[in-house]
Amino acid sequence: MTRLRVDATAGAVLVQDLGRPGFAHLGVATSGALDRGALALANRLVGNPDGAAGFEVVLGGLAFTPDADLWFAVTGAFGPVLAGGRRVGAYRAVRARAGEPVEIGTAERGLRYLVAVRGGVDEPAVLGSRSRDTLSGLGPEPVVAGRVLAVGAEPAASVPLLDDDAAYPPPAGPVALGLLPGPRADWVTDAALASLHESRWRVSASADRVGARLEGPSLERRITRELVSEPTVAGAIQVTGAGVPTVLLADRPVTGGYPVVAIVDPASLDRLAQVRPGQEVRFRHA
Amino acid sequence: MTGSPPHLLPSGRSALLVECDDLPAVLALHDALVRTAPEGLVELVPAARTLLVALDPDVLPLESAANWVRRVAREVGADAAGRAFDAAGTDAGPDGDEVVLAVDYRGDDLHALAATLDVSAEHLVARHTSARWRVAFIGFAPGFGYLVAEDWPFDVPRLDVARTRVPAGAVGLAGAFSGAYPRESPGGWQLIGRTEAILWDATADRPALLVPGRRVRFEPDAPR
Repeated sequence: MTRLRVDATAGAVLVQDLGRPGFAHLGVATSGALDRGALALANRLVGNPDGAAGFEVVLGGLAFTPDADLWFAVTGAFGPVLAGGRRVGAYRAVRARAGEPVEIGTAERGLRYLVAVRGGVDEPAVLGSRSRDTLSGLGPEPVVAGRVLAVGAEPAASVPLLDDDAAYPPPAGPVALGLLPGPRADWVTDAALASLHESRWRVSASADRVGARLEGPSLERRITRELVSEPTVAGAIQVTGAGVPTVLLADRPVTGGYPVVAIVDPASLDRLAQVRPGQEVRFRHA
Repeated sequence: MTGSPPHLLPSGRSALLVECDDLPAVLALHDALVRTAPEGLVELVPAARTLLVALDPDVLPLESAANWVRRVAREVGADAAGRAFDAAGTDAGPDGDEVVLAVDYRGDDLHALAATLDVSAEHLVARHTSARWRVAFIGFAPGFGYLVAEDWPFDVPRLDVARTRVPAGAVGLAGAFSGAYPRESPGGWQLIGRTEAILWDATADRPALLVPGRRVRFEPDAPR
């Protein structure tokens, strides 16, 4: 069995797959990679099923060394990736040599690298998933230097031959996200709803896997009484009493007490996962 | 349904949020939807006034799900016109089998709370063990069931200052609800006792003991 030793981490490094849907009624969110498309791509590049577990690396700084030759691929954020000290191409399958380190440098574009290794990261599954849920503490422990992690058995599919890059770096400028109507759109004023669609927003530095607060104009509530908690979905934009919108993400609480006035289109959530703190976001009707 | 038909509210491409008049209406609709679940339903997530219908839109289109919910709600409404809905769940759904939780009723807040409610501690415990509870929904943490009972008369204030550490198994009261902490956590419920039951085990086939719809009875556990 192939193992990899974690030599260094900087930002958060979590094991993630495509999550554990269907347990919200027990109080458990879906969790899973925030950039689901990037994880699926990384897995396909090394011949894994889309939902194999990989690493979600915030901003970079992960270094690991396999004890046997190991195919890997890095997607999502764009930055320098080295294997055995040599820079390798982004969004491609790369064969790391036994005993030679793989180093993922600081991202130049985007925020979250997704790293797939051929065979998948073989941490114990909880409720059918190897995703770390940061809110409820379910799933594999956060990855820290010194850990030795097992790699799963080789998948049946071979490593596909590709003669072109499979993806492009996330944009550095403003990012447009699609918005769907929310259940409580009538809890803010018409002007606030228009402002949500027309304003330029910035993702707060406090954004994490639970939610991303948006900085911009205050959204005036029309109904100011308290809402009894109701079930939420990923992408739900809730507005606090002070008029601050927050996009709820994969590790959100499964019920929330703030009105959800709009919902980020699932097709846009991967892009949101790559928006850096301070980067501009705009919304359009999905 | 005690009154008007439920409101169907948009909640993205793979869910509907159904708003009911009150919690008994949510419970009645939840039971009826569980009994008639179509292919493509991912899960039903009940809350105090609302119920999320999560689905796979490739199998069950949103509009089909909406029609199903409306039809079932009409049937439940016609049913409820003939008899008052029983929140204790005499006709509970597939997860309605009763769970008995043995409780050591020596919680830190028992005596102060009884005094606040102007009853004896013995009376409070007797009402808690005689009430026919059922799990309305889960909130706050994985496996933390909010239990309601029609024959539970008290409205219990939350603690002014929440505890930073409530032990696993602590049995508490808040508002019209009773519940038990699945694992150690902070908490603001008034604690009346403690159970040894395993309320949450993420490695088990059925991780939560208290799932929405299940009936629950508390019984006093002799102090050791």
